[in-house]
Amino acid sequence: MQVPAPFEYERATSVDQAIGLLERLGNSARLVAGGHSLLPMMKLRLANFEYLIDINDLHGELGYIRLGAGEVRIGAMTRHRELLESDALAEVFPIFRDAERVIADPIVRNRGTLGGSLCQADPSEDLSAVCTTLDASCVIRGPRNTERVVSMEEFHVGPYETAVADNEILTEIRIPVKPYASGSAYAKVERRAGDWAVVSAGAAIWLDAAGRIADARVGLAAVGPNTTGIPEISAALRGQEPAEALYELAGAIAARTCDPVTDTRGSADYKRHLADELTRRTLRTAVSRARS
Amino acid sequence: MTTVSERRETEFEDNDQKPVGFGRMLRKEDARLLRGRGRFVDDVQLPGMLHLAILRSPFAHASIVSIDTSAAEASPGVKAVVTGETLKGLGLAWMPTLSNDVQAVLATDKVRFQGQEVAFVVAEDRYQARDALELIDVEYDVLEPVIDVRKALEPDAPVIRTDLDGKTNNHVFDWETGDEEETNRVFAEADVIVKEDIVYPRVHPAPMETCGSVADFDPVEGKLRLWSTTQAPHAHRTLYAIVAGLPEHKIQVIAPDIGGGFGNKVPIYPGYVHSIVGSIVTGKPVKWMEDRSENLISTGFARDYIMRAEIAATRAGKILAIRTNVLADHGAFNGTAAPVKYPAGFFGVFTGSYDLKAAHCKMTAVYTNKAPGGVAYACSFRITEAVYLVERIVDALSYELRMDPAELRLKNFIQPEQFPYTTKTGWVYDSGDYEPTMRLAMEMAGYEDLRKEQALKRAKGELMGIGIAFFTEAVGAGPRKNMDILGLGMADGCELRVHPTGKAVVRLSVKTQGQGHETTFAQIIAEELGIPPADIDVVHGDTDNTPFGLGTYGSRSTPVSGAAAALVARKVRDKAKLIASAMLEVSVADLDWVKGVFQVKGDPGKSVTIQDIAMRAHGAGDLPDGMEGGLEAQICYNPSNLTYPHGAYICVVDIDPGTAEVKVRRFIAVDDCGTRINPMIIEGQVHGGLTDGVGMALMEMISFDEDGNCLGASLMDYLIPTALEVPDWETGFTVTPSPHHPIGAKGIGESATVGSPPAIVNAVVDALKPFGVRHADMPLTPSRVWDAMRGQATPPI
Repeated sequence: MQVPAPFEYERATSVDQAIGLLERLGNSARLVAGGHSLLPMMKLRLANFEYLIDINDLHGELGYIRLGAGEVRIGAMTRHRELLESDALAEVFPIFRDAERVIADPIVRNRGTLGGSLCQADPSEDLSAVCTTLDASCVIRGPRNTERVVSMEEFHVGPYETAVADNEILTEIRIPVKPYASGSAYAKVERRAGDWAVVSAGAAIWLDAAGRIADARVGLAAVGPNTTGIPEISAALRGQEPAEALYELAGAIAARTCDPVTDTRGSADYKRHLADELTRRTLRTAVSRARS
Repeated sequence: MTTVSERRETEFEDNDQKPVGFGRMLRKEDARLLRGRGRFVDDVQLPGMLHLAILRSPFAHASIVSIDTSAAEASPGVKAVVTGETLKGLGLAWMPTLSNDVQAVLATDKVRFQGQEVAFVVAEDRYQARDALELIDVEYDVLEPVIDVRKALEPDAPVIRTDLDGKTNNHVFDWETGDEEETNRVFAEADVIVKEDIVYPRVHPAPMETCGSVADFDPVEGKLRLWSTTQAPHAHRTLYAIVAGLPEHKIQVIAPDIGGGFGNKVPIYPGYVHSIVGSIVTGKPVKWMEDRSENLISTGFARDYIMRAEIAATRAGKILAIRTNVLADHGAFNGTAAPVKYPAGFFGVFTGSYDLKAAHCKMTAVYTNKAPGGVAYACSFRITEAVYLVERIVDALSYELRMDPAELRLKNFIQPEQFPYTTKTGWVYDSGDYEPTMRLAMEMAGYEDLRKEQALKRAKGELMGIGIAFFTEAVGAGPRKNMDILGLGMADGCELRVHPTGKAVVRLSVKTQGQGHETTFAQIIAEELGIPPADIDVVHGDTDNTPFGLGTYGSRSTPVSGAAAALVARKVRDKAKLIASAMLEVSVADLDWVKGVFQVKGDPGKSVTIQDIAMRAHGAGDLPDGMEGGLEAQICYNPSNLTYPHGAYICVVDIDPGTAEVKVRRFIAVDDCGTRINPMIIEGQVHGGLTDGVGMALMEMISFDEDGNCLGASLMDYLIPTALEVPDWETGFTVTPSPHHPIGAKGIGESATVGSPPAIVNAVVDALKPFGVRHADMPLTPSRVWDAMRGQATPPI
């Protein structure tokens, strides 16, 4: 049996109390939410923290999906299962349900959280790709009620590294709802159900009244140091009539601009190919959803 | 024929039959196991028990310069820290492997694979033991590792086994079978020769329960009790006696419930010995339970064969000969689990199910800086590799001949009248009737319709593949004149005692790891004696309470121990008949046996049951002259031959042309394991083996980087399939009894693991036919399939 090194443990009772603890303990402490990444790393002794601050009791405070007119707000403690099962969220952003269906397994989804997924900052992480695709921003709270809002690009500063400081907590994700007919989709290639992505892609499309592309975004996972948005695709698609040739163009841009490495999940060439293939597939689905 | 849909309708009905003998019934052990009331090694808690953790090498190849244990010894709760130097003083630093090599119990001179045992700590709890490992300071001098098996024999390759006197290279053995000259002659005359380089990568059995032990040495009695995860408790006891110098009668090995073995729990691992040493040193019981990473990086792997296969045939599709050259990676110590005279296991059955004119194999085995093993991972000693080789190369031949792979196989099968059939490599197949098995599988699959569907799909650019594998296995090792492990003959004992009230206890030498022995063996006794299975207690796994035998692996429980159980029951029945004749006052010749009852011929109303007889045997009444009381018997069964189960498997896959993902759509498995004892248990074994096959074919591989770091050290990296990767299994059967087995049973435990990988790979390769693909190696991950689609298939090592 794998056993972690000694650590002290405290259950936070409020966000502010958790921040207070972080303020005091600095980088010797770590927050634990679902724990599905952190606990295995601790048991393998790849991660050794003196203190664990359990924030599962903050689900009441930070577990929510709120749909507003111009924005969807999702609390950082919202569990995968809640994201998967929310019909309201699937109605606005079907990409969430697409992604949640291929994230891990029901046992993990019962515990794992949106905030935990983003803060793990694994380059292959699915919800990070979803949030990148949807141009989400991240609300980070610090001591003395300070709060700052950063974009996904700013949030992820490298593999397993985020903009969240030692005394801060990610509390909320905000996703803009644009005044257009929208569609979104997610696709993932994995070696086995529940595995990390070999490559995955998200796409979101906004169509104007004339049926032209008002905006389009593509987010890729597992083909670079972090999940990546591809502005060049957005620029190429805006103002255009959706068409197969356009998806091909977008796929080609995705393949050209991504930066995969060869590993046991697949060769760099294959991953580049998937970036192309999955970009085309998700754009196609997103457009058909935007039209329906 | 049993199909999935048919079985579902009848499952519960069947299970209510409560057969007194063979038939479908729920497993007796499941009441315990499904309720979480099983008792596994890690459940063993003894008063004062200490915990052991092992420090392992981070390097694949390095000299040990020094080890400083002082900080660890001073760590809280630590009772002992033991290094190779300590063991050297006790003469315990090395131990024999199952293949007459030696393996380090703790490294003394150098480490030879990443994960090798370097020191161990015994402490009051497992946390303290693990914490103290971090305080052991080992200075290594890193050496160049031998990782590429193809370069292991190059003259300038570093020598791994410097511990062996005079060893100047990494050669383990050469082995040869068949007639080279005759084979070359047949090849020279053949119309068609097809050649492929075929790799069966290193895989790991990865049982759900990892390996572990609890050792309790009682200094007063001088007795060692060892609870351990072992598939072969008796063989282990004898080896401990030899290694540790303890008298055999003072060692009790107990294998409690075992959470899967698949060959992984056949060898003796250093950790078991550590716990014994730990208990002797501290005077307390000591538990060692390895974690998942330790299991994957250090315990017995399987396969790792690089095979060059060649097949010769006529233009009309008559297969003439097969020859092969194999390079076998045995890791740092030769720990192959196989009968001693069979260094390549039963690889000699690579001639498959076909009537050949000639065959030849040459094999070279080498040492590398990788974990030792070569266990029978559900492969009955390298038959998995052999069957994969022949079924893959036969498919490559069908590709070249443009002949349907089913037709090619049907054309070349050994015919029923040729049995017993001696292969060109000397194996005597006991019985077989291959064509009906093949035809049944084709009928269940709807083979012709599948080919039509495939043609339509190909026209549309869709990728659908149909793969066939037909296998013959050699299981149930084995005849003691040929087969032994470290001098221990591969026979098995069995004891049966019928209690006065007609209930019984049967004691076995084999040991279940989940296969359902407590049910199957009760059913064998029930069939022979007419005592209901519920009334028969099956005792196994404890060397103090069971007869000697070599254990459960290589599908040998039913072929060997099952035969022993049937014969011991017949011995009891013979005695019961004498008692019945006295009770009924007729001669034995006037008695008929109707399962569970002796009747007087022509007067069935005059009868005694086996229960009546049991009471008489233990009672105060008269017994026949000279007969002792009691109703019991014992036996040691020495099989006269192996048994040879066969099967026809058909797999249907769909491949996404855009992503190269493989989906196994259907899998039809028709098995012939001779007489079937409990069809539900057989189907369960087949389902498990097929799932295993999906894993090996599509995702499993223990790989290493160039420094010898194991890249499969967790189940996140070493993928095993889930329910989502497998289809509804469609199983069927034919029955060709073994002529030499008392009940005609042949063993089923490994058939599906042996037969399914080639069926799946053949299906994938078939799907890729439009791309001109004739071969692609496992594991067929999406990336590797995509390479194959572009004509860039590469071996995985």
